[in-house]
Amino acid sequence: MKPVYVDNNATTKVAPEVFAAMEPFFCEMYGNPSSMHSIGGMVGPKLKEARIQVAKLIGAQADEIIFTSCGTESDSTAVHAALTADPAKRHIVTSRVEHPAIGSLAGSLGKQGYRVTEIPVDGDGCLDMKLLEESLTPDTALCSIMWANNETGVIFPVEKIAAMCRRHGITFHTDAVQAVGKLPINLALSQIDMLSLSGHKLHAPKGVGALYVRKGTKFSPFLIGGHQEKGRRAGTENVPGIIALGKACELAEAHLEKENTFVRALRDRLENELIRLIPEAKVNGTIKARTPNTSNISFANIEGESILLMLNEFGICASSGSACTSGSLEPSHVMRAMGVPFTMAHGSIRFSLSIYNSEDDIDRIIKELPPIVKRLRELSPFT
Amino acid sequence: MWEYTDKVKKHFLNPSNVGEIENPDGIGDVGSLSCGDALRLTFKLDENEKIIDAKVKTFGCASAIASGSALTEMMIGKTVAEAEKISNQQIADYLGGLPKEKMHCSVMGHEALEKAIACYRGTTIEEKEGEVICECFGVTDIEITRAIQENNLKTIEEVTNFTKAGGGCERCHGDIAKILLKVQNQPQPDEEQKPQLSNIQKMRLIEETIEREIRPSLQLDGGDIELIDIVGNRVIVATRGACSACKSAPITLKNLVEAKLREFVSPDLVVEEVSK
Repeated sequence: MKPVYVDNNATTKVAPEVFAAMEPFFCEMYGNPSSMHSIGGMVGPKLKEARIQVAKLIGAQADEIIFTSCGTESDSTAVHAALTADPAKRHIVTSRVEHPAIGSLAGSLGKQGYRVTEIPVDGDGCLDMKLLEESLTPDTALCSIMWANNETGVIFPVEKIAAMCRRHGITFHTDAVQAVGKLPINLALSQIDMLSLSGHKLHAPKGVGALYVRKGTKFSPFLIGGHQEKGRRAGTENVPGIIALGKACELAEAHLEKENTFVRALRDRLENELIRLIPEAKVNGTIKARTPNTSNISFANIEGESILLMLNEFGICASSGSACTSGSLEPSHVMRAMGVPFTMAHGSIRFSLSIYNSEDDIDRIIKELPPIVKRLRELSPFT
Repeated sequence: MWEYTDKVKKHFLNPSNVGEIENPDGIGDVGSLSCGDALRLTFKLDENEKIIDAKVKTFGCASAIASGSALTEMMIGKTVAEAEKISNQQIADYLGGLPKEKMHCSVMGHEALEKAIACYRGTTIEEKEGEVICECFGVTDIEITRAIQENNLKTIEEVTNFTKAGGGCERCHGDIAKILLKVQNQPQPDEEQKPQLSNIQKMRLIEETIEREIRPSLQLDGGDIELIDIVGNRVIVATRGACSACKSAPITLKNLVEAKLREFVSPDLVVEEVSK
């Protein structure tokens, strides 16, 4: 049975073109770009190319791109840089629905004496923009707000927030891991100071990411050591990963339209059919501003892990914001922040598509899921 | 992904005894929607208090559904008195084990069983006896204490795995730590008292225990013992009456005499029969 993979917000398949591009850098062009011989020397120009490819996708200049090991490292680096730039400022503004790469980091900084303001969201998952603006103070060192939410796909108006921060003289960072490759991004026209992206969310392999740092932004490295990345990120370059990220960004640019037409249409059909066929099902997050690939649906009175494991029996791979799947005991912080009632939060399922999905995939989910929900409701004492 | 055993998967995908018995002899409801798992157990008895049918409805993850299914299989055919002895660990064992983060599912099954039996007997288990420690999941100090004692829990993480307490906002972690310390220290005050016994006190206590706890039951069978000597932790006794000719006297000495002395005096005692 061919699996139906609809968990692309967790990670994506490496595109065959990407794999082909990176392969020579394992056994043939394996040199260290810092070396003074031709095996190493041939690598440098390839890294330069990859940097240009990444920059081009997000409307940046090549030297504004720092390669990292993952989205989390990019986030940590950005926060570190902003806080180090002006150590007297002790206030951080973020949102209540960030990925743990920012959320847990902010929590940890809170314990170290920073004041952290987490901007709440409404029932649709949208930010309280008024409160956000009011929260910006002369003591604020950094505002970090994700571009798109990983669980619901809800898009935040980060360009607007960046402009707001600029007016207040506050550094603005965005975790754009879920947005890059799905939404058109042009940093040249924005006032975003730093942006994190991750390779494995856009068909590059795991273990590579990038941080955009606008020219002129005060920066200090997070990893200290060698001179790599112009002294902004020490550590020997993950050459195959960087080559792959470059290629993946080039492909993402080419596929951006397909993402917003073909993938969006698949997602919309899946969502509409499930809502039509299954009673007491509801979409989480505003449908007005969402990444084109994500749909988060709650099914009342049943539990997400059970739904996932039964879907898995049919080769369907999705994810859930339920407590049981995470190893924690409470439903996801995003569902809670949105005030999704417990009856719905435990039974939330996220479908995240990619250009590699097909109409057949959608048909299979539409066929298999309604009986699963029915079956679990029969088992449940609440129905 | 959780590492569920094949048995858990089987009981999850094809749970046994799903449903609800009409006019049951006992019914037990545990958990709630807000907690993320809940279970309703109903059973029916024959005239000999034997469980002839049990059904379960479960809301929750795979291990919760599997625990409910396993529980019904385990209790059908047993008398109420036998079923009462099923522990949460036995439910987990029946399933070939549960991931440690999921042990609370087996605890939930056990609680439903207890409640259903109490319902049958007309006694009610006080819903929330004790003081609520974990506000997020409504877990009381009594429930936490019991889980610690029954499963020999050592850390807050283990308490959370078994009871869910402390799995939410984590504000109660300090209180859970205190309960852990209290339970873990409970046997210790006893142990601390025992070394404080002087030799004379110890001898008296041994004599009293033999008189009060041991001789009466031996005499019922026409036997008897006599305390001969106490050397350090060695308690030397002589068997009398029926005991002196009984082949199982050494077993009685171990199982009854030594056990009682260890319980009432000191766990270090060893009983020996005086050489004839």
